[in-house]
Amino acid sequence: MDKEQNNVLLEVEDLHVSFATPVGQVNAVNGISYTLHRHEVMGIVGESGSGKTVEALTIMGLLGTNATVDSGSIRFDGQELLEKSEKDYVTFRGKEVGMIFQNPMTSLNPVYTIGRQLTEALTVHDKGITKKQAQARAIEMLTHVGITQPEKRMKQYPFELSGGMRQRVMIAMGIICHPKLLIADEPTTALDVTIQAQILDLIKKVQQETGMAVIFITHNLGVVADICDSVTVMYAGHIVEQGSARDIFYHTKHPYTQGLLRSTPSIDPDNNERLIPIPGEPVNLLALPDGCPFARRCTQCMEKCLAEKPPKTEFSPGHIAYCWLYGEGKEDGTHG
Amino acid sequence: MGKYIIKRLISLFFVILGVVFIIYLIFYLLPGDVTQFILGVNYTPEGAARLREELGLNRPFIVQFFGYIGNLLHGDFGVSYLSGAPVSLQLFARFPRTLLLVACSMALCVAISVPMGVYCAVHPKSILSDLMQFLCSVGIAMPSFWLALLLMLLFSVRLEWLPALGSVSLKGIILPCVTLCASFLASTMRMMRSSMLETLNQDYIRTARAKGVGRRGVIYRHALKNSLLPVVTMVGMNVGTQMGGSILTESVFSYQGIGLMLMDSIFSRDIPSVLGCIVLMALSIGVVNLLVDILMLYIDPRIKASITKGA
Repeated sequence: MDKEQNNVLLEVEDLHVSFATPVGQVNAVNGISYTLHRHEVMGIVGESGSGKTVEALTIMGLLGTNATVDSGSIRFDGQELLEKSEKDYVTFRGKEVGMIFQNPMTSLNPVYTIGRQLTEALTVHDKGITKKQAQARAIEMLTHVGITQPEKRMKQYPFELSGGMRQRVMIAMGIICHPKLLIADEPTTALDVTIQAQILDLIKKVQQETGMAVIFITHNLGVVADICDSVTVMYAGHIVEQGSARDIFYHTKHPYTQGLLRSTPSIDPDNNERLIPIPGEPVNLLALPDGCPFARRCTQCMEKCLAEKPPKTEFSPGHIAYCWLYGEGKEDGTHG
Repeated sequence: MGKYIIKRLISLFFVILGVVFIIYLIFYLLPGDVTQFILGVNYTPEGAARLREELGLNRPFIVQFFGYIGNLLHGDFGVSYLSGAPVSLQLFARFPRTLLLVACSMALCVAISVPMGVYCAVHPKSILSDLMQFLCSVGIAMPSFWLALLLMLLFSVRLEWLPALGSVSLKGIILPCVTLCASFLASTMRMMRSSMLETLNQDYIRTARAKGVGRRGVIYRHALKNSLLPVVTMVGMNVGTQMGGSILTESVFSYQGIGLMLMDSIFSRDIPSVLGCIVLMALSIGVVNLLVDILMLYIDPRIKASITKGA
């Protein structure tokens, strides 16, 4: 038990986050819980608005002023993050957890050189480091993430680099302090398909070399299959299914996950299956339904689904889904 | 870079040429006889004809215009109709005073409005920032001549701290400077505030925070430089407006600068003096704008790259 506890890096418990907007309170994250072990790569999958980015920003303490964490706890390496003051957070961000973002084109400061932005990540955490040491480390990191002529790139500005290169710089910046966890928020979404593959390979390589844990946020199940050990599927701020990558792809339980898989294109030329979209519209986060948030779009929806939150069912150690199909008191017959 | 500056200086020359042409044309077309102003009570038709010949006013417009430009290139601004002394003497005595006035008021304006704008952007809900914005609105709504009179009443008449009129001492610059500055404070502060707010929402600010940069570092290192760009542009353009504003301010305070000289020369139809003032004002506005553009190159490397590529 002790060993197991030591191996846990991040524990999120019953986290609720909401935004105050002019039209009302938007419930972005509604009671999610998960455990991330050291060296583990976890994918968080879900469509736009499923709360995956908000969840990540909560860990980083980067939520905007209009957001509130209503309840829950986030324990990282034994510390409770939600109790941290902004001052404590400054020494935590970048050092313990690195983050890379979706759009590399706008994520680097246009008026400073790559070198200055990279070395800054070092100097803010280590006041004792000399300029020379920091520069050497930055050049080393750039080489590490596969950037050619790193000395020259150090003196260049972001606008002189391509999108793929900028994302490599972002990765270098995210891991330069050797964080225990890297959060990658859709790091390939804004890139060309060929560059996407390169960046994925890079993240995989860096993860294997450093052994850091990675939370990989994406809406692309193909990416997840490629690099993740475990997967969390989110819908409307709820977790709907969780398990190892194998569980999710081969023993899919939740109708939403099944729907996601059916709507993912296959590259197999013999596969003539049609893509089947998930019908309906995403749920309105201003007024969440009483029952399962996915019920209104679910092809196997039952009366109970509309009335009550589905219970957690564990199929094998670590593989869980929240669905009435497997819950106690399962009903017969379906209702549209 | 050198090429760029030379290009800009050449275009500045043509701008000045255009300005002189328009002013010259206006005075040429204006009804009324200049000689009447000059001769006054000594006016006789013969005297007027002789004077017109002497001043070269009988020559065709184009000849007069190019004659003036030719003299200008030699640094010769002509002779004042009123005093008979070279215009350049008076210009060079007065121009530095206006330059000092405008420079002080710009500096004061930037020194107050930039920190205020940053404060209002960073603390949007504080009472202090509401108060600052209110005061700025008052500043913009107050006509500058009225403000000038109020300031004089308080500081010169009541408190007797500062001279009211026509002082040439350094103390005498304070009230005109504050007056001139007041009308630009609000707009600069608002520009700074909105630009800062916009910058703070950018992705790269989130990146900076994510790597552990503290609040001060985010605001002063990452956001300020980016948000200064539109403010610098606006301040540069304001220099022109301030030059124009100096006419009014200098008149109210009898401040012996180029604005007051321009005003007096227009009333007395002293064309060479008017032209001299305007040429010098246009030139300084052009030079300031060039300096601002060069400053921008140092703030934003993207602009620099586009220029070196273009040149």
